[in-house]
Amino acid sequence: MTTPTTPKKPRSLSFRTVAQLVALAIADAAISLWVGRQAYLWMPPQASAEAVLVDDLFGFLTTIGSFIFLGVTTALLYSVLFQRADKYDISDGPPVEGNLLVEILWTTIPLGLVIWIATYSYQIYDQMAILGPMEHMNHVPQLGLMPPAEAATLPAVPERTPIEVHVRQWAWEFRYPDQNIVSTELHLPVNERARLKLISEDVLHGFYVPAFRVKQDVIPGSTIDFGFMPIREGRYRLRDSDYSGTYFAANQGVVVVESEEAYQQWLADAAAQPLTEADNRAFREFTKLGDRPISAGWKTVEPAPPPRVNFASSEEDSYE
Amino acid sequence: MSNASLDAIAAKSDQPFPGAPNNWRRFFSFSTDHKVIGIQYMVTAFVFFLIGGLLAMVMRGELITPEADLVDRTVYNALFTMHGTIMLFMWTFPMLNGLSNYLVPLMIGARDMAFPRLNAAAFWLVPVFGTLLMASFFVPGGPSQSGWWAYPPVSLQNPTGNLINGQVLWLLAVALSGVSSIMGAVNFVTTIFRMRAPGMGWFRMPAFCWTVLSAQMIQLFGLPSLTAGAVMLLLDLTAGTSFFDPAKGGDPVLYQHFFWFYSHPAVYVIILPIFGTFSEVFPVYARKPLFGYRFVVVSSVIITVLSAMVWVHHMFASGTPSWMRMLFMFSTMLISVPTGVKVFAWVATVWGGKLRLDTPMLFALGGLVCFLFAGITGVMLGAVPFDIHVNNTYFVVGHFHYVIYGATVMGIYAAIYHWFPKMTGHMYYEGLGKLHFALTFIGVNLNFFPMHPLGLMGMPRRVSSYDPEFAYWNVIASLGGFLLGVSTLPFILNIVSSWVLGKRAPANPWNAIGLEWLIPSPPPVENFEEIPIVVSGPYGYGSNESLVSNNPAGELISEHS
Ligand code: HEM
Ligand SMILES: [Cu+2]
Repeated sequence: MTTPTTPKKPRSLSFRTVAQLVALAIADAAISLWVGRQAYLWMPPQASAEAVLVDDLFGFLTTIGSFIFLGVTTALLYSVLFQRADKYDISDGPPVEGNLLVEILWTTIPLGLVIWIATYSYQIYDQMAILGPMEHMNHVPQLGLMPPAEAATLPAVPERTPIEVHVRQWAWEFRYPDQNIVSTELHLPVNERARLKLISEDVLHGFYVPAFRVKQDVIPGSTIDFGFMPIREGRYRLRDSDYSGTYFAANQGVVVVESEEAYQQWLADAAAQPLTEADNRAFREFTKLGDRPISAGWKTVEPAPPPRVNFASSEEDSYE
Repeated sequence: MSNASLDAIAAKSDQPFPGAPNNWRRFFSFSTDHKVIGIQYMVTAFVFFLIGGLLAMVMRGELITPEADLVDRTVYNALFTMHGTIMLFMWTFPMLNGLSNYLVPLMIGARDMAFPRLNAAAFWLVPVFGTLLMASFFVPGGPSQSGWWAYPPVSLQNPTGNLINGQVLWLLAVALSGVSSIMGAVNFVTTIFRMRAPGMGWFRMPAFCWTVLSAQMIQLFGLPSLTAGAVMLLLDLTAGTSFFDPAKGGDPVLYQHFFWFYSHPAVYVIILPIFGTFSEVFPVYARKPLFGYRFVVVSSVIITVLSAMVWVHHMFASGTPSWMRMLFMFSTMLISVPTGVKVFAWVATVWGGKLRLDTPMLFALGGLVCFLFAGITGVMLGAVPFDIHVNNTYFVVGHFHYVIYGATVMGIYAAIYHWFPKMTGHMYYEGLGKLHFALTFIGVNLNFFPMHPLGLMGMPRRVSSYDPEFAYWNVIASLGGFLLGVSTLPFILNIVSSWVLGKRAPANPWNAIGLEWLIPSPPPVENFEEIPIVVSGPYGYGSNESLVSNNPAGELISEHS
């Protein structure tokens, strides 16, 4: 073939093609916005201010992600359905080697997009301030598709001593220093910033309450200050989120968010209780020998004895 | 070429002889032929793929109900540890090394790798550390149960008190695997730099070779960090040092940095050759040149560079300060740009082509769709506030299985089917191939899609039991898992029967462009009778240009076609 490089293509797209592309893009955007709204339904209840922020971010990411996923797969599907070679056609397609403009566009547009996503995520993280407030370099206006959440203006926090969260293989234990209470259920007053000190007594664990959307590894050898803002009364699941050995999956607990009055009442009641042994699933399973599924008889790290507490709850207790 | 070529010349004159393409015994010998080594890697890896898959199916059996009722918790923990380890170190890496070994010298017009004996030695380490790993099932206390990350302090706990325990064997195996990979990497990088055929400038090299080069450079800069971490952990475990043991003043988070400084880039060691496969397969079956070749190959190199600067995104919820989380969020987002460039380029390659939906093309298209999905969830995970919620949940497990099964394993299948006629000299059965594709694609989505809602709901990964609200999606995932097990059957049947009985393959059954398609199937011992002289770019579909100015097959080609 001696023809000069690429065959001549019409430089300007026809009106029809442009209209079709615009219509497709609008349809894609509409569907994606709808999917982004559904994203809220896939999450646990929004029990903290952080949950509201994270869900907005997730809705935004889902919208953009759906737009790209739908756009690309539709193009591929169209090719697969309508651009097949006939059975005995062994000729080649058009020798299009590239298009500089298109390539520059699909490099710079995603670049802008991820900078947008990262900046918006930065702002959300800054507002969450789960490890304490970050230093602000500058104040960029709020990005994203959703209006800024009210969580930005948190009420001033009355000083209370942080609650100590002790975790070990395999139990959670909460200590309220002011009242000298030990509990295996974490009680928190609603609409007030919870302040915790995370302490691990052996290996890595993770403090994770899905309804709050917050998570933090607990590192042996250091105490981590952690905080978030419960905004909805209820009982929620606490899970160990960093693999901690044999009974990792059983290392769960319950967090109770309640009104200030109920919280004070609970503190008073608990303080009046003597220390008793809490129920502990890991220890229970470990001691219930002979009652095991297929076992190789491998030796395991032994669970610590059940905590002795003023107020006990069990992994089996109900939660939302 | 040195020593290897002497044996090879002798082989050619006297067929069948160990080393001759039609002698199966050579696959069981210490051969220095890169094609033999390539197939040795691939077959070994596939055996471990089946073992790793069986472990996974037992796990899915456990997870089909909320309670821990099928296996003991220690057994479950050993299963996921060994599953992850086997799938990465015994299946994915060796498999891709095998493919690259087979293809790179052919694609660049070389007669072998730069250091054939080193090549063979690197391969033979694989069964050695594979055996070490499998042996750990039989030591007291069982295999390692600390996950494929082996984070201390859990990995230092050693409840048996024995010096020889599962964790020690695991660490030895991983260290050996690192040694083997470094040997391989030196070889690949040298080969690609030094042994390209005359006329094959950098921008005439097939995209697959670019991706192998990029991937192997990562091995060179990353592995020392992993190996150092593994050795320090081994010393903590056996010699009483305290690098990582907080009880003795060590720092467990430091280990995580050592580990992820390699193990994040390692995901690119895995995916880059798959990108390369996509770049080879789409043009052939769409009958169009690779769209934006230069952008595509340069983005591989950019990915290599950026991949060294994002590792902390695996530690967003770990003991990391906020500034570090933010910094690594930005770098993580950045790496999706060169990745996106490739995805768009493949779509543009397919677009407007004359598509042939043979099995390799089906797998490549399926793999691309899965990769797209995984890339989108990957960017989501890069956003710190969202990652804080789903870190260490099934959402992450879903994300990386879409990459590793959806894109990587499907990409590997695409490559196997595409080059099977070249490697074996036989055609595979198209019907079985299509069945294999359908089962795999459905299985992947049934198995791994449900993990995303599970993670969003808050189900942690690595659990041997879970709360009842997670049961629904887990049942679907388990059914998908069993389907994936079944999906390998038509593949095995296809490969074995067509290797033995399949129709003879011509030199170039797909009418593809590339040096490997100019020589007989399977290629003779030293590949090229005459070193090819390359005169044009690698993807001249639709333009009738000749790739070479001589006939690299000499008179061999006439006897086969
Ligand atoms: C668009 C590009 C990608 C981005 C932005 C991305 C982002 C991430 C992030 C942030 C995580 C950590 C999540 C967490 O643990 O909380 C992650 C996990 C992971 N990714 Fe990706 N990813 C991308 C592509 C890939 C590719 C190409 C592969 C593999 C071939 C891969 C394999 C993995 C694996 C194996 C993990 C989990 C490791 C583990 O926890 O065991 N990702 N990804
Ligand atoms: Cu990573």
